[in-house]
Amino acid sequence: MHFGLSETQQAIKNSARQFLTAECPMAGVRRLMETETAFDNALWSKFAEQGWTGIIFPEKYDGFGLGMVEMAAALEEMGRALVPGPFISTVLLAGTLLDHAGSDEQKRKYLGAICRGEARSTLALLERSASWDFEAVQLEATVQLETTPGAGYLLNGEKLFVDDAGIADFLLVAARIEGELALLLVPGDAPGLEKMATPGVDLTRRLYRVSFTNVAAPVESLLARGERARQALEAALDVACLGLVAEMVGGIQSLLDLTVAYAKTRKQFGRPIGAFQAVQHQCADMLVLLEGSRSALYYAAWALGENDPAARTAISVAKAYASEAYRDAGNKSIQVQGGMGFTWENDAHLYYRRAKASEIAFGDAAYHRERIAQSLIDGQPSRNQVSVAAD
Amino acid sequence: MDLNLNPQETKFRGQLRAWLQSNVPEDWETHRLRDSMEDRFQFLRAWQKRVYEAGWAGVAWPQEYGGRGASLMEQVIFTQEMAAAGAPPLANILGLALIGPTIIAYGTEAQKKRYLANILSGDEIWCQGFSEPNAGSDLAGLRTEALLDGDHFVVNGQKVWNSYGWAADWCALVTRSDPGSEKHKGLTYLLVDMRSPGVEVRPLRQLTGESEFTELFFRDVRVPAENVLGAVGDGWNVALGTLAHERATLGVSAQIAMRRQLDRLVELSREMRRNSHRASDEPLVRQKLAQAYVENEILRLNQMRAVSKIIQTGAPGPEGSILKIGWSEANQRFQATAQEILGPYAQLTGASDLAIDNGAWSYSYLRARGNTIEAGTSEIQRNIIGQHVLGLPKSY
Repeated sequence: MHFGLSETQQAIKNSARQFLTAECPMAGVRRLMETETAFDNALWSKFAEQGWTGIIFPEKYDGFGLGMVEMAAALEEMGRALVPGPFISTVLLAGTLLDHAGSDEQKRKYLGAICRGEARSTLALLERSASWDFEAVQLEATVQLETTPGAGYLLNGEKLFVDDAGIADFLLVAARIEGELALLLVPGDAPGLEKMATPGVDLTRRLYRVSFTNVAAPVESLLARGERARQALEAALDVACLGLVAEMVGGIQSLLDLTVAYAKTRKQFGRPIGAFQAVQHQCADMLVLLEGSRSALYYAAWALGENDPAARTAISVAKAYASEAYRDAGNKSIQVQGGMGFTWENDAHLYYRRAKASEIAFGDAAYHRERIAQSLIDGQPSRNQVSVAAD
Repeated sequence: MDLNLNPQETKFRGQLRAWLQSNVPEDWETHRLRDSMEDRFQFLRAWQKRVYEAGWAGVAWPQEYGGRGASLMEQVIFTQEMAAAGAPPLANILGLALIGPTIIAYGTEAQKKRYLANILSGDEIWCQGFSEPNAGSDLAGLRTEALLDGDHFVVNGQKVWNSYGWAADWCALVTRSDPGSEKHKGLTYLLVDMRSPGVEVRPLRQLTGESEFTELFFRDVRVPAENVLGAVGDGWNVALGTLAHERATLGVSAQIAMRRQLDRLVELSREMRRNSHRASDEPLVRQKLAQAYVENEILRLNQMRAVSKIIQTGAPGPEGSILKIGWSEANQRFQATAQEILGPYAQLTGASDLAIDNGAWSYSYLRARGNTIEAGTSEIQRNIIGQHVLGLPKSY
């Protein structure tokens, strides 16, 4: 048994840190967050050169073919550097949806473009109900008569909390066709599609309201319907949630590092404030939160990579824990840094903002605890719960 | 990352499972709930003897001292499988988890031969003499003196909070051998025969009403100089070794025990009523049970990572404080959750025939209160993390 990164996995993590230190320093993050889309095409091309935009996808589609643990290691570093932009929406959400539900032709065209770094995308899932439950998907895709030119579907409705829609070359839309859950691919510039920014607390990622007014989608834009669509969505949310938790772990690490550095140098009463136990204990608690989140993350990544039936619950455990841990770590970091921590110039608030957005995305702690309760209380117990090591 | 067992570990687990299936005593539950503490201990001592004779005690200890010579991973599998089979714990817990490993690390060849096999068989039960009335969290302030007189140390002083002091044949005793010394210097770690003249054991009644712990009084107790573990004057480092094992290992059994209680609580929540429906259908109850599960998983996974790190680096590090804070505080939250879910029944003790599970829940609620104090308070653990892991300046 080895619970930790292998040499190769560690090398991926180290090179990601080195790369991001050089290419995406905090000054760059601050510059990007002042822009309209928080997106930098030149930086994105460098991500593609690193192989990140195709990290978990088959080489056949120009992907890099790595596993979930490698993905988590790279994302931990992205979260540490607070990388702005559409990585999770494009690569983890849209990429995984295409990988699971796309035809070979759709994968060549769209997944290939994502892997090569040529296209940005996102998933449009939530609506007014703001529910992660697929039953809440109401957006109607009406079947057009085949005699109609460009026959296919007409989309009408509205999507909320769509990450990075403003820069998406195409959107994957969860809709209902004849009452059945479906996934459709819609170009970002489709007539009748309107994207309006809905500014949130996280300055490094943009959320949008996307409205659909008679948006025409041809037959070949359909990825999947029914059970296949549901499974692809579940798979994509699992992968994206895992990647998000990895970013959150990196974020907590960064908060801990900057807080400890401050506590060692800031002097009051003639001593570094880190010599006071009231301050030490806040820092110690941050480490406890960090390492717990990290253990849960890499276990979930390993389980998902092994197709272990316990993987979904493991992801929920990681997301439930990290959601509260990242927020708490932000609180402690700002508290320890006192007035300095409350200034715009201090980086703590950028992480504190990201922590809030991350806590909400793909279901908050309460949502994931209910998912856990369903397996713990209502039956379907996942195996391997008493043992420390996997079966 | 690879959490799969290797073929050797799989084989070990298979053999152990088979042995446990035909050897776990069926009447353990009855003894656990009905016996006095002393009778229960005798039962566990007999069980340990059986485990030892079948070759399962000291899984990762060297074969030449009576162990199995297997890996640390197999030791962890042993702990898990024992719990999964509902097997009783082994009686000589401090000898097995803390003092034996310290003797393996610091002992002379003669000491290893003399003590280790008897720890494994349960023939000699051990206790720890560390804390004193005026040296608790500030352990380095201990005053029990050991003065060299010829080839013996003469020990005078008082120790407190000795688990199993009432059953122990031997005591791992930290003393001040250099009378003028301060703090960590001038300490010596002695292995003391509890039957030596001048040793007095007094039960210490604790908040739960039981006397798990004792006070130990030493009056001119003569201890042969050959019973020094490690070097004279280096007792602090030897003691730190014991404390590191304490923090790193107690968590495994605590996590598994909590998980078994959680499964039972889930079962009970299906029978309890809340707001005219099943408690297990109440959203708040579901959230709390799930949160207990989350916290238990974090303990399990942190522990697994720590074991993996020990396998790679050889010794438990100061990160063990994360585990200690983890299991102790998680257990207190979990017991509070259990009390809420079980409602008015939760408070009943085993003396009432209405108590759920013979009063196990009210007992574990009270007992958990000690968790954040024993084996180093949460405050001390946070100091260790702050100063030894994060490198913050010393506060004392």
